[in-house]
Amino acid sequence: MSFFGLDCVRKREREEERRLKANDRDYNLSFKYATNAIKTSKYNAITFLPLNLFEQFQRIANAYFLFLLVLQVIPAISSLSWFTTVVPLVLVLFVTAAKDAIDDINRHRSDKKVNNRKVQVLINGELRSEKWLDVQVGDIIKLENNQFVTADLLLLSSSEPLNLVYIETAELDGETNLKVKQALTVTGDMGDSVTALAAFNGEVRCEPPNNRLDRFTGTLSFAGQKYPLDNEKVLLRGCTLRNTEWCFGLVIFGGQETKLMQNCGKTTFKRTSIDRLMNQLVLCIFGFLAIMCAILAIGNYIWELEEGSKFTVFLPREEGVDAAFSSFLTFWSYVIILNTVVPISLYVSVEIIRLGNSFFIEWDRKMYYERSDTPAEARTTTLNEELGQIKYIFSDKTGTLTQNIMTFNKCSINAKSYGDVIDYSGQRLEITEDMESVDFSFNPLADPKFQFYDHSLVEAVKLENTEVHAFFRLLALCHTVMAEEKNEGDLHYQAQSPDEGALVTAARNFGFVFRSRTPESVTIVEMGTQRVYELLAILDFNNVRKRMSVIVRSPEGKLCLYCKGADTIIYERLHQSCSKLMDVTTEHLNEFAGDGLRTLALAYKDLDEAYFKEWKQRHHEASTALEDREEKLDKLSEEIEKDLMLLGATAIEDKLQDGVAHTIEQLAKADIKIWVLTGDKQETAENIGYSCNMLREEMNEVFIVAAHSPEGVQEELRKARTTMKPGAEDTFVSKTILGNTPKIVADETVSGEYGLVINGHSLAYALEPSMEVEFLRTACMCKTVICCRVTPLQKAQVVELVKRYKRAVTLAIGDGANDVSMIKAAHIGVGISGQEGMQAVLASDYSFAQFRFLQRLLLVHGRWSYLRMCKFLRYFFYKNFTFTLVHFWYAFFCGFSAQTVYNEWFITLFNLVYTALPVLGMSLFDQDVSDSWSFEYPQLYVPGQLNLYFSKTAFAKCVLHSCYCSLVLFFIPYGAMYDTVRDDGRDVADYQSFAVLAQTCLLIAVLIQLGLDMSYWTVVNHVFVWGSLTMYFVVTFTMYSNGMYLVFTASFPFIGSARNSLQQLNVWLTILLTSILCVLPVLTHRFLLIQLQPTINDRVRLKVLQAKAAPPPPRRRTRIQRTSTRRSGYAFSHTQGYGDLVTSRRYLHRPAKPRSSGFTPTGRSLVFNPTGRSAGYSPTERNQSPKQEVEATSLQMYRTRDMSF
Amino acid sequence: MKKGGETLNRPDNTAFTQQRLPAWQPMLSAGIVIPGFVVIGLAFIGVGVALFVTSQNIQTLERDYTGVDQSSEHNCFQCLDVKNCICALNFTLSKQFEGPVFFYYGLSNFFQNHRKYGVSRDDHQLFGDTSYFTSPDDTCSPYKYDSRNKPIVPCGSVANSMFNDTFSLYQLVGGQKKQVPFDGKGIAWWTDYNLKYKNPSKVNGSLANAFIGTVQPLNWPRPVYELDTSDPSNNGFLNQDFLVWMRRAALPDFRKLYRRITEGDYADGLPSGNYSLEINYNYPVRDFGGRKKVFFSNVSWMGGKNQFLGIAYLVIGSLCIVMSLVMLIAYAKYRFDDEDS
Repeated sequence: MSFFGLDCVRKREREEERRLKANDRDYNLSFKYATNAIKTSKYNAITFLPLNLFEQFQRIANAYFLFLLVLQVIPAISSLSWFTTVVPLVLVLFVTAAKDAIDDINRHRSDKKVNNRKVQVLINGELRSEKWLDVQVGDIIKLENNQFVTADLLLLSSSEPLNLVYIETAELDGETNLKVKQALTVTGDMGDSVTALAAFNGEVRCEPPNNRLDRFTGTLSFAGQKYPLDNEKVLLRGCTLRNTEWCFGLVIFGGQETKLMQNCGKTTFKRTSIDRLMNQLVLCIFGFLAIMCAILAIGNYIWELEEGSKFTVFLPREEGVDAAFSSFLTFWSYVIILNTVVPISLYVSVEIIRLGNSFFIEWDRKMYYERSDTPAEARTTTLNEELGQIKYIFSDKTGTLTQNIMTFNKCSINAKSYGDVIDYSGQRLEITEDMESVDFSFNPLADPKFQFYDHSLVEAVKLENTEVHAFFRLLALCHTVMAEEKNEGDLHYQAQSPDEGALVTAARNFGFVFRSRTPESVTIVEMGTQRVYELLAILDFNNVRKRMSVIVRSPEGKLCLYCKGADTIIYERLHQSCSKLMDVTTEHLNEFAGDGLRTLALAYKDLDEAYFKEWKQRHHEASTALEDREEKLDKLSEEIEKDLMLLGATAIEDKLQDGVAHTIEQLAKADIKIWVLTGDKQETAENIGYSCNMLREEMNEVFIVAAHSPEGVQEELRKARTTMKPGAEDTFVSKTILGNTPKIVADETVSGEYGLVINGHSLAYALEPSMEVEFLRTACMCKTVICCRVTPLQKAQVVELVKRYKRAVTLAIGDGANDVSMIKAAHIGVGISGQEGMQAVLASDYSFAQFRFLQRLLLVHGRWSYLRMCKFLRYFFYKNFTFTLVHFWYAFFCGFSAQTVYNEWFITLFNLVYTALPVLGMSLFDQDVSDSWSFEYPQLYVPGQLNLYFSKTAFAKCVLHSCYCSLVLFFIPYGAMYDTVRDDGRDVADYQSFAVLAQTCLLIAVLIQLGLDMSYWTVVNHVFVWGSLTMYFVVTFTMYSNGMYLVFTASFPFIGSARNSLQQLNVWLTILLTSILCVLPVLTHRFLLIQLQPTINDRVRLKVLQAKAAPPPPRRRTRIQRTSTRRSGYAFSHTQGYGDLVTSRRYLHRPAKPRSSGFTPTGRSLVFNPTGRSAGYSPTERNQSPKQEVEATSLQMYRTRDMSF
Repeated sequence: MKKGGETLNRPDNTAFTQQRLPAWQPMLSAGIVIPGFVVIGLAFIGVGVALFVTSQNIQTLERDYTGVDQSSEHNCFQCLDVKNCICALNFTLSKQFEGPVFFYYGLSNFFQNHRKYGVSRDDHQLFGDTSYFTSPDDTCSPYKYDSRNKPIVPCGSVANSMFNDTFSLYQLVGGQKKQVPFDGKGIAWWTDYNLKYKNPSKVNGSLANAFIGTVQPLNWPRPVYELDTSDPSNNGFLNQDFLVWMRRAALPDFRKLYRRITEGDYADGLPSGNYSLEINYNYPVRDFGGRKKVFFSNVSWMGGKNQFLGIAYLVIGSLCIVMSLVMLIAYAKYRFDDEDS
């Protein structure tokens, strides 16, 4: 293992530049580059045992027990036989080793699968099918459509024009939108000519292997020329080739050296706060153990002086052992005896419980999403209990809260609103799944997935209502969508923003089918007849304009400008004659906005031929101007986009996932704060905030921080804070400057509800060290925090900020590659699976298909897991302390000689056999109240956030309780047995009888305590508890039986003691007394506590008791009706349109129709499927812009611009 | 919704996987806890009374004969430094001592429960395994071999320190000493006598031959096969006194059964009168501040006399009643209002 690692490191140090020659294996082999075989497995058959054991003994607990074992072998110290440690240790090691082995076998299997994939390699002038692992650096390989990229390749040539290839990077960065790579012309000219490729002898010099996905530098020397290489010419392993028939590539990095493998470095190992606490406690316990042993060693010293020295008549000392040495030996002997305070089974049990609870999460049908057949998945099995302690949730918006599906929901055309379903009495009906949707069968080109419920609109279309036709014509013409028609009538739209796609799809279904476009024309099918509009100009969308227009000439020769945009913008540019229509439309817009819909206003204008000609001339001049080009163009647009005629408005629903609002409400009730961190625009984010009820009209104020300077941000934050809490002073700022260690920012309570919206620019300032505390304080006072336009890095920074200053557990939930950083940063990361690539899921600890499952994950599973874990720990520490402390008390009566109270076999089996299952049963099945009650009272979640169930105080209480119980467990039998005899006069106060009595008392007492702690007795629990008790008696009687003694003579010296002592009535009376006395104070204490200081838990449980198994009242899942007057000033969700691309001749180099074009929708969602994120950040794309040169394709241009918001 | 084959990953709908197993959910409600306490309290008081009364009715007689303190009852102080000394302990019973009477010897401050003492024995030897006669277990050290390197059987501190005072009891009837017969049979556990300890098989019909090559424990006056030459079934490792001694006590103060008085005139107990206990004083305890005692006692259904258990039951029973009252008050007065949620 380390051998390989060292080797790698050395090589990496050496390799400063990679040099390779195409088709020259001998040359390339001289560098000893890694082959394309990957190895993620850790062991093989021979190394497994030593390596695994070595790893296991690196764990402190295991090492500790090994140390104990060593102590036990020393005869002078050995107070317990070796088996008391060996048996549990071997069991623990075995279980762990088995788990590791299974994991590693799986890794071997997947390695083998990947390594044995086939790919075509060019060897000696011919293509051969080879296994992946045989591919070497410098080989030329041929990839075909939909194949995985074998290694990191330099793209040489492709089947597509301009040597383009399209790749999907989902496995790499989670984005499903296709990306374009382009080969150098000089290599691209080789095409698929095998002879040319075989003769290719280019030499590549490039950077050494590294993990930067977005960078590549190198040069290609070929035929005496040098060509620069960058990221655009490299295909990375892990991508998938799409829409490209074939391509050839030169292997640059293989196997472990690929950027994919370099990137899947160590995932940070997350640990729960309970884990940390547990470790602290274990250290405390070690200290405690040392103190106890020291006390006993001192005791032994005194005893040896006072008693032992005289008792030598009957117990002579060993040679060379004086009192001091004896006390030294005693110390270690007691370390062995009292080792059970740090029970080896603790860690194993904790793992088992977590594993069990993880299974319960995966098994939960209520977290299974039928539509995508996705069950919840607990990818990490070690964090469960932390799910019950979440205080902050950081949520992505797109794809997490929303489905990233836009549906055309309503519209207002010429003062008439469409989209609502009205019943006979005139009442608005709620649209449900089973409602009959409009039949679009009249239109053969309709999208079958499109759903609309208002029949009157389709009637209006059929009646050839002019305005309605104009409305849909506008939608069909004014956009930058591209169409792809693989088969006749099988239309696929490629839109940059899902909104636009939804609008064009709506027009398509209502009979205005956008069919194809060329740079100069748009072809649409209007009510069955195909018409070609001449596309004269696109005045594209951008953030300032908030509108887009097209100028088209109809087949009849009429010139028309169609414009759509944010209502406020459009309204400013309307002709006066529209004022009446404006009023009605405004009303409709308000209504739509109140429903949380995203609105656009539509307008048109007929243009005069002469004016347009003149305008066009000026436009052309402006667009070629060298100075102030943008400004001039804007001015020109401004000039032509006026005196528009209003057509109406559209309302698009950014579909929230099911139950989002309800989930957020529930989580808020559980005192969990939800922050939305989104890359989207402020308007979008705000809008979603309102529609999922995070922002509310009734809030006292929603602060919007959008300043562009640090001072401005500081000012706005401070203002917000003083508004919320007048008179609050700036105490924290000075504190953090003084102390190096971050201070914990306490929660501040404010009256009233506030919201905070902050955008990316301001956030960048707010996250600076000087201002972060200010920001955090302000943000934490608000009920809702929405950060928009944030980068993935900022998302992580926000999470880190809260982690640093708040003693709180954080959870991040997201679905895309841009969420990975925050998912990794948060204590718990949750991935929404099945939406947008797998990257988020792969980085996450838990994954499921729907945001609403979060509610169940936290309020039910998390809460239960936390409860169970805490109960387990409390009980476990109680049990072991009680068990062990009895020895401590006994020491005072046996000359501190490290004599155990119990039989050694009992000590061996107590944790492993007699009590393991009942505790596990409790920790796996316990529930205070059922899941439906957990939902009914989300407040039950709060104790977890406050760490109430297991803390240092709780631990201290456990220890005190144990002290009490151990005292009872020792002194009651002591008193009862002192100088007494059996009912036949024989001995019963002998050591063996006493041991049997004490251990029976102990077992029964701890089991009764368990019964008290357990609030949910399933059949399994009954079996475990009663089974363990039975097991104890069976095992005890068996071990102390005649047969066992005869077979293993000296191993079971307790022969007969069980029989002889357990047949005595007074022994049983002692057992009864002891066990009752152990639990009486607990019972009293708990009962009085419930009466005097009932917790929320007690109250709910009482309610449940009163409801007597009757189910809680059905949850009111009424849809939250908002009577909002808020208007979304919202237009498109994208920053820059496709305008350039559409008009670019290069893109449409080849006819679009017959062959597949560059884009295919890859998802499987219902209504409309965008292939890109509306506000697509991608870690791989951010730094590309400077690299784009004039040579870039138009598609790349769009991408670069998109990023430069 | 898609149906059929599309739901391959759907989890099973069982009560177990969905955590819906029917369960008993007990809760500490007033209706259970308070009456429960009362019932437990009453029951404990009842048991306590029974135990206490029974224990009170058990007759015991206890005498210390160590001889460190001067006493009018015995003359054992003479024996402190004398070997093979015989002393007598006189006592008077004012009323009949109900039979069967058990006679115990007791030692105090004797750490039979010391770990090193406890392990210093060889169970294989005691099981009659002669292969361990020649090389006893290491735990027996330093009583493993004698100075001439001969193995000690039975080895170890436990056997070596065997109590070796002997007693005989006489009733003084009109100046005459009338011996009270002692029954030394079956004073050890049945399991010890029949299973745990075994004599080695006789060699040439003699038990002693089986021990050839071994020596007796250093403190012993005679070898183990001569512990009771009169009764072969009470000889060797199966000697009842030896068995009783080998069952080590749990606490440093202990008593061990020496004899029962069940025979002859004394089957119903010891009649009132004067008695003299003749003690063969051998066992040294003065060095370590130990005490030697003798006990006469009879037993009841709860065993020997033990006040502790009865008192404990009474105290805890009463506490239960008190606590139930406290809880009742707390419940009546401070019971939380379950109206608000």
